[in-house]
Amino acid sequence: MTMTAQPVRSESAPRPTASRQFIDKVFKARELAVAVVLVVMLLATQISNGEFLSEQGIKDLLLNSTILVLVATGQAVVVITRNVDLSVGSVLGISAFAAGNYLQSGGNSLIAVLLAVALGAVFGALNGALVSLGKVPALVVTLGTLYVVRGIDSIWVGSRQITADGLPSGFVDFGTNGISVVPYLALLTLAVLLCVGYYLRSYRSGRDMYALGSSPEAANLAGVPVRKRIMTAYVLCGALAGLAGALYLARFGNVDSATGNGYELTVVSAVVVGGVAFTGGAGTVYGAALGALLLTSINSVLPALGVSSVWVTAINGLLLLLAIAVDRILALRVAAVLRKQAAQMRSARHD
Amino acid sequence: MTDITAPKPTARRGLGGTVRWDTAVGVLLVLLLLFSFSFVDNFGNALNVSFLIGNTLPIALIALPMTMLVVSGEVDLSVGSTVGLSSAVMGALWNQGMAIETIIPICLVLGVVCGLVNGLLVTRLGLPSLAVTIGTMAAYRGIAQIVLGSDSVTDFPSQYLDFGAGHFGDTFIPYAALPFVVLLAIAVVVLHGTPVGRSLFAIGASEEAARFAGIRVKRLKLSMFVTTGLLSALTGVFWTLHYASARYDNASGLELSVIAAVLLGGIDFDGGKGTLGGAIAGVFLLGTLQNVMSLVNVSAQSQILVTGVLLVISVLAPRVGRQLAQARARKKTATPPLSPAPATS
Repeated sequence: MTMTAQPVRSESAPRPTASRQFIDKVFKARELAVAVVLVVMLLATQISNGEFLSEQGIKDLLLNSTILVLVATGQAVVVITRNVDLSVGSVLGISAFAAGNYLQSGGNSLIAVLLAVALGAVFGALNGALVSLGKVPALVVTLGTLYVVRGIDSIWVGSRQITADGLPSGFVDFGTNGISVVPYLALLTLAVLLCVGYYLRSYRSGRDMYALGSSPEAANLAGVPVRKRIMTAYVLCGALAGLAGALYLARFGNVDSATGNGYELTVVSAVVVGGVAFTGGAGTVYGAALGALLLTSINSVLPALGVSSVWVTAINGLLLLLAIAVDRILALRVAAVLRKQAAQMRSARHD
Repeated sequence: MTDITAPKPTARRGLGGTVRWDTAVGVLLVLLLLFSFSFVDNFGNALNVSFLIGNTLPIALIALPMTMLVVSGEVDLSVGSTVGLSSAVMGALWNQGMAIETIIPICLVLGVVCGLVNGLLVTRLGLPSLAVTIGTMAAYRGIAQIVLGSDSVTDFPSQYLDFGAGHFGDTFIPYAALPFVVLLAIAVVVLHGTPVGRSLFAIGASEEAARFAGIRVKRLKLSMFVTTGLLSALTGVFWTLHYASARYDNASGLELSVIAAVLLGGIDFDGGKGTLGGAIAGVFLLGTLQNVMSLVNVSAQSQILVTGVLLVISVLAPRVGRQLAQARARKKTATPPLSPAPATS
């Protein structure tokens, strides 16, 4: 992808001004807030149910969240460029089946994972091409490719099903084992997350994603290669959805034509709860990952607290609404503070 | 979501730049109907046509307010969940022994509340409707699940079920088509014949300009969200009676079908363009296509594929056509015409 690009030298970065720092603080606070909610929720559950954070409990929490965290990471990059990818659920499903199908015919585990990633990247490239070349609204295009990929998947898979006993035991073990309480899948996900986070923070093309999301016109005029960056974001998102598909296969060992159905909305929720603004240009992949962790933890917390699982969907929805409402109110506050500062500076200059 | 550089022409054009997109969809629908009536076995019999209309009606009903919302530059993804919530509440209250004559108004009021929540979050807090309605989509579906759990209620009074599923005498026209035609007529008049409709187009074209022109943007948008909620709840009542089943997961995924159909009908997702005729033609084109594909034994999976491809083409084709037209226009201006012709826009 863009790994050949040089990291932006830190000396050349402009000094953050006071207002800039204030905005940074607000967004950092946002990630902090999600983390605090997560920790408080887990601790409260632990207090009321001592079994919750047992070794197996922690392992399950991490395992359950890895797949969502991976897809949310990719989705976050796309949302930062002020686009969206609704086809991730379908891409995850078809990649998982492709990897499983290959493994069942006696393939190598590593190649199977790479196959899934490559397939995801191809669909990502398709989305990216439609969005950037056709200049079609991302929501509509990826809604279309959601159907298209799911359709291809369903025709290809038919009523077949991949089960764990058809897979090499090493692959399935990789999906469940780990170093003490930390599963291998979680480590892999963390590595991917850190790489994408570093790329977005420290590479020119990564910064371009934010520029693009903040103001597409300005980014275009400033010489940001808009189409190339949108393409990169979608390919990355697709590849990560593909990787998530491979991990899904390793984790559950069970894939059919409905795998990943309806996943896109959970992913978008996770990203938005994690503070990546739908209007683009703001948020980090770490926030998105925290959002994903929070959403999956709720699924485990409610049963542990003895609350019926019928509450999960409603709580997820309310959480999303709360997150965007709080974001908006904070943004209005920030805007008010900036206006005030600007007014003060103006009057100071006139004195 | 973003349209970076493409300038907006005055009307959404088809590929050739001469035929309007909604006309093209209408013609396509007529051709498909003619083809199906003459060549597809069992398509023309009354039972199948009444199935076709009955199955398409929920999408068509919601497409009416959805068209207006999209024209004004907003979208509502929570419609399917509102249908499910209305259905679940209907079932739960019926289980409590309430009379159906009181249940139906309660469901409709509930729909108004759902729409009001969406509208207030969008207009008062200034949030993007896409994000808000993804949230309420989960929230309403979740509430429906809390209300009814995984039960399904089927024992509604038979005269109501007959209204939901029956059709006029020997004809293929379902009873429910009559209220739909009335609503369609109202919607067409409102969108294409009143200041309210013109205001919606103005808001979609440029919200700021609309506000400066004295249009009460927020109030209008709010009322559109409320209407969408109301009609979704009405659809929930119809859905429950038509399929004789109240379940919390009724109509899941309906929002995507509605949006796909509306976009196929030529409503521009950026707002400001489209006609209700086109939207309804899009709804029935998709509905008929699915019906025909089922009759000729195309699997449900391949139908998804066709829906997706149609959706992508329907948004891609006009834009590609527009770009080609622009390229042609540029070429024309590059070689100056002999007589001073007015510049083509």
